[in-house]
Amino acid sequence: MRSRTVLLLLLLLSVGGSASPARAALRVFSCEPEWAALAREIGGDRVKVHSATTPFQDVHYIQARPSLISKLRRADLLVCSGGDLEIGWLPVLLRQASNAKVQPGAAGYVDVSQHVRMLDVPSVVDRAQGDIHPYGNPHTQTDPHNVARVAEVLAERMAQLDPAGKEHYQARLAEFSARWTKAMAGWEARAAPLRGMEIITHHLAWVYMAHWLGLQVVGHLEPKPGIPPTATHLSELLRSLEHHHVRVIVRAAYQPERPSRWLSQRARIPAVVLPHCVGATPEAKDLFSTFDDLVSRLLEATQ
Amino acid sequence: MALCGLLASPQVARAAADGAVAELRNEIQQMKRDYEARIRALEDRVQEAEGTARRAASQAARSEAPPPPLAPARSRSANAFNPAVSMILQGRYAAFGGQEGQRQVPGYLLGEETGRGPKGFSLGESELDISANIDDRFYGFFDVAFNQENGDPSFDVEEAYLQTLALPAGFTLKAGQFFSAIGYQNSRHSHTWDFIDQPLAYEAMLNTQLSDAGVQLRWVAPTDAVYLELGSEAFAGVSYPTSGRANGGVGSAAFFAKMSGDIGDSSTWKAGVSYLMTDPRDRESTGSGAAPLRFTGDSDIAIADFVWKWSPHGNFRERNFIFQAEYLHRHEKGRLRQQVGAAALAGRYRGDQDGFYVQGAYQFMPRWRVGLRYGQLFSSNNVSGVDAPSLARDGLSPWRASAMLDFSNSEFSRLRLQYSHEGAGLGNDNLLFLQYIMSIGSHGAHQF
Repeated sequence: MRSRTVLLLLLLLSVGGSASPARAALRVFSCEPEWAALAREIGGDRVKVHSATTPFQDVHYIQARPSLISKLRRADLLVCSGGDLEIGWLPVLLRQASNAKVQPGAAGYVDVSQHVRMLDVPSVVDRAQGDIHPYGNPHTQTDPHNVARVAEVLAERMAQLDPAGKEHYQARLAEFSARWTKAMAGWEARAAPLRGMEIITHHLAWVYMAHWLGLQVVGHLEPKPGIPPTATHLSELLRSLEHHHVRVIVRAAYQPERPSRWLSQRARIPAVVLPHCVGATPEAKDLFSTFDDLVSRLLEATQ
Repeated sequence: MALCGLLASPQVARAAADGAVAELRNEIQQMKRDYEARIRALEDRVQEAEGTARRAASQAARSEAPPPPLAPARSRSANAFNPAVSMILQGRYAAFGGQEGQRQVPGYLLGEETGRGPKGFSLGESELDISANIDDRFYGFFDVAFNQENGDPSFDVEEAYLQTLALPAGFTLKAGQFFSAIGYQNSRHSHTWDFIDQPLAYEAMLNTQLSDAGVQLRWVAPTDAVYLELGSEAFAGVSYPTSGRANGGVGSAAFFAKMSGDIGDSSTWKAGVSYLMTDPRDRESTGSGAAPLRFTGDSDIAIADFVWKWSPHGNFRERNFIFQAEYLHRHEKGRLRQQVGAAALAGRYRGDQDGFYVQGAYQFMPRWRVGLRYGQLFSSNNVSGVDAPSLARDGLSPWRASAMLDFSNSEFSRLRLQYSHEGAGLGNDNLLFLQYIMSIGSHGAHQF
């Protein structure tokens, strides 16, 4: 009897809590801030976007918080980097949210790794190599050409899910693509002197940027992907630097500063935080300023 | 011939030679010009080719056309649809003063899995998980555990269920054998526990963990800021705290409500209330201190649970803290039967039993965690007509305090050291455990 009263109370609470403000045509659930920002660019005011993670969280290690189940339960469109990046938490959210619209295979399920060209696809998969991803490196967002490609996919899916807004999405895509193409030419021109430069990165999260700008990644602070830097590995890395001309040590905002500072001081190479997504640095306010800042920080560090 | 001529007449030879040299020089000059032109042409062509290649490469990189292969080419075989398989290897070393296997907990009638397990080296609960989407509407999960709880090796099907993926309006239906969603700790697989053993209250009241065959219906409310989930379960009633498949094979039912929310990026809380109603029929309980007792009546358990997880900016990787507490209340009322030699005894039993635990686990740097846990039981029983010394010792409040340290080289491996002390009717015993938990195969996803 008592338990029934409790249930009733909770029911009432839930009805009260569900009253939400202005209705957008589409609710978008994004695993990462960069795709959330892109969904806002394409969807404008017809979409309500939620990002499951912040720039200061390591997307490999996210807790499957129940609040995310609530968000996913009501989502019309899901956009995630995919390629097993979110494998430790997204599958359990998808199952518990039980929302047919965003299950794998549905129109509302966008896995970026299925729409861009994946780099670092391993030919041998063994966990002794660390936490590698069998479908290739999933940190695809650091190449703006991938962003351009995903923008097209998002516009197409949004139009499919919300046909009334088709023209709206297409117009916004056209406008975004024009600005983006122009911006990319600018970044590429500014970063042209960096071509061929050798860099070291904390995690192997920058291969797409390196590929885009023609940089060479010659080492990682992590001894194996996903294994935190150790003193032994850093010492080895320091010794190996004699054979290289490394100009900068790169890490993301969510990674600890200590390992790159250690190497930076001993090797006298600048260490820099690059914005891996929107919001990761104070300057990275939207997608455009994120790449502006990325190129600026690289240029500044290597002067 | 020319050499002969030269030797024969030096003068003529010289004149002839002068002409020949001039001619030769001309020819060489001509050849040189030719080759230089050719080399220049070749150089131009090489440069042009390089330029084309570079342009092609950069164009390929920038190509906006749908991309080439996304995954490594798979071999075409019947295995393409193999489910996700993962194996958890667990093993331990245990040292303690008291007895192995079955034991008594004053004030409680126990299920059969509440022992401390064997001393020395043993396999813990090594489990094999197999799961996959069955189709677009169903998901299937199977897990079998290799157990050595009381020394005898056994294979137990812990879970074997199907779950819907696409029921409308936020409903999910699960059917088969599965861990009940009551409480917080009950539905967690042993490799995700923060300590090597279950809290004392779970051991005493739920035979460590309730898994039974049945159905579960869950509903996630369409809320935005706060998560709310309501659910109900019906079970066959085979597993302790019930037995005997009462009510035509629907021997127990459970209700639960769970709420959760975030506080900023750093904290998440989850709270729940659950109620389990069972009708045990001839439930045999051990650890009574005398001949086995058979209980028939009602056994209801109410649980309140609370969990709080914290990490700086929600970045769980570097540092995190998990606080977890549960309170369990059990009410049992019914008849007890006991066979003592040739005499069949019958009596009445009514018990009100409470238990709680509080624990915290802190990851102070990547890979290293420390944890503390305290749990205690209380009971107030009324027994007549049978010989049940354990139930009669209901004034005691048995407790267990534990401390643990664990190290995870990667997400897939963990080594743990745990020390516990048990007091008040549990024998004032010290327990030391070393444990490994290793997972191989596909990467599992863990619920909050």
